[in-house]
Amino acid sequence: MELFDNLALGFGVAFTFQNLLYAFIGVLLGTLIGVLPGVGPIATIAMLLPATYALPPVAALIMLAGIYYGAQYGGSTTAILVNLPGESSSVVTVIDGYQMARQGRAGPALAAAGLGSFFAGCVGTLILAAFAGPLTEVAFKFGPAEYFSLMVLGLIGAVVLASGSLLKAVAMIVLGLLLGLVGTDVNSGVARYSFDIPELTDGIGFIVIAMGVFGYGEIIHNLAQPEEQREVFTGQVKHLYPSKEDFKFMIPAVLRGTTLGAALGILPGGGALLSAFAAYTIEKKTKLKPGEVPFGKGNIRGVAAPESANNAGSQTSFIPLLTLGIPPNAVMALMVGAMTIHNIQPGPQVMTSNPELFWGLIASMWIGNLMLIVLNLPLIGIWIKLLTVPYRWLFPSIVLFCAIGVYSTNNNTWDIWMVALFGVIGYGFIKLGVEPAPLLLGFILGPMMEENLRRALLLSRGDWSVLVTRPLSAGLLAAALLLLIIVLLPAVKSKREEAFVED
Amino acid sequence: MKIKSQKDFFSGLMFTVVGVAFAWGASTYNIGTGARMGPGYFPLMLGILLALLGGLIMFKALVVETEDGDKIGKLAWKPLFFIIGSNILFGVMLGGLPSIGLPPMGIVVAIYVLTIVASLAGNTFKLKEVLILATILAALSYGAFVKLLNLQFPVWPAFITG
Repeated sequence: MELFDNLALGFGVAFTFQNLLYAFIGVLLGTLIGVLPGVGPIATIAMLLPATYALPPVAALIMLAGIYYGAQYGGSTTAILVNLPGESSSVVTVIDGYQMARQGRAGPALAAAGLGSFFAGCVGTLILAAFAGPLTEVAFKFGPAEYFSLMVLGLIGAVVLASGSLLKAVAMIVLGLLLGLVGTDVNSGVARYSFDIPELTDGIGFIVIAMGVFGYGEIIHNLAQPEEQREVFTGQVKHLYPSKEDFKFMIPAVLRGTTLGAALGILPGGGALLSAFAAYTIEKKTKLKPGEVPFGKGNIRGVAAPESANNAGSQTSFIPLLTLGIPPNAVMALMVGAMTIHNIQPGPQVMTSNPELFWGLIASMWIGNLMLIVLNLPLIGIWIKLLTVPYRWLFPSIVLFCAIGVYSTNNNTWDIWMVALFGVIGYGFIKLGVEPAPLLLGFILGPMMEENLRRALLLSRGDWSVLVTRPLSAGLLAAALLLLIIVLLPAVKSKREEAFVED
Repeated sequence: MKIKSQKDFFSGLMFTVVGVAFAWGASTYNIGTGARMGPGYFPLMLGILLALLGGLIMFKALVVETEDGDKIGKLAWKPLFFIIGSNILFGVMLGGLPSIGLPPMGIVVAIYVLTIVASLAGNTFKLKEVLILATILAALSYGAFVKLLNLQFPVWPAFITG
């Protein structure tokens, strides 16, 4: 079997001492920072990205993937213990997880999240390994028109996920696309929107935008909130393992969550957030068994399902990135940035030109998941301690790490001025109630979309109908249109708003 | 005409203004045709699209009723000023400011300045505590970024190292 040969190659790469170490460091750091309330995976990865510059590409990507899983899991710990979602995909975990913690069942809740995530991670990795090959074959059939349409579909998919107004989210994408065009046009060599500033001819750094908008903007917003007393359940995490009864409820929920998450993660725009919401909705729809606690009152299924779904989803969302080179969400957009920094152009050619990197990364994802569970279950006590670190010590440290990270990308103070500017802009976004994640996605895709549109139209001699006459491209555009229509349907619209109420 | 959603109205206004600015900027570049897109083609399209979207958002904000008017609310000037200020000072300390004759001060001084100024953004400020925090952060950063990761920073002030 080719699949097993490939996996063997991957495990051979991942099981070197060095790479295991980096996976471990990544998971540890990711959890450490992800546990901090208000710091999600995007901010965590952006903050830790500079730490990987000095590493060889394989090790750097392995570490980044570890950070991603760690941050994801750390987020659920915060959600369960202090009723604060550390990141958007654990928003639904808060509902039942926190109730369980209040009843002294924080241990089983954390264990359910951990075990569910691990199972989902294993399945996700297998799916990734199995589908990567065939999908890459498809990717080689893609011409510029298909790529353009796929990106349109991806962006529309991302919008469906944004909370709040659909229109504002679309506008943010377009704004992101425009910001992505700043800098030298590859075709004509014209420096666009650079105002004769030499640094701007290279374009705006995506780290600058990510840190300014997600890091500084959030901190300023958090500081503006009145201080609230956080409840922490240090004394009550005693029974770590779920009872037999718990397992009986948990297992089917984990299976459902994993299936749903794995399927939704592959879709452009899918991934962790959508998966978690969908899984929770489905669990809520299924009938309660006798003796079961109702949802919203601490049902273990309400923790197990969304947590497995978001992990399966985050795993499979690597598929579009690795096979097509198209980031399906903002976290993956950051990964594209990271790969480019290490001189790897994400896309179908990665698998053939860099098989060690490709399969090594996939194998290390599984190892990362294993480490997560090894690391987290015994260390829950330490994470809880970390939550008691007061915010007044935390935010200067975050500001510092952002500033150092930004400076070290180019060793140039120019980036520090830019991050200040984007911090102000990010705070403005929060104040105006527009969600910044679509902006980052648009920013990464802007130059790619322009290039593919340009090529498609060049080949068709300026005939726009090429986008709909090629069957693959037409199908992708139709899917995008369908998504938009579904979201705009009155019934779905009200449901969607309901689902985001907790935000 | 009354604004029914302040947040939406002003975000729409922002999108329109930025869209028009980008479109206007694009029109100074060569636009070209579909078959031969110039550097101005794609940004012009997007700029116009953004301006239209902004207009639509503003229109909705004037027409659709909201419960509380979606007020933007007060701006948090204090954290905004100190957080952004600390970041800018960090850059000044690292790079120096030749126009006023300030030499590059290196990362250690920069960390102290950033920590102190950023801490002023919070509700409580205890100098002793902040200094301890700054010392820990400076030691950590020196160990992790300079020693372990070998990132290139000026560590000490330029007039000491020469």
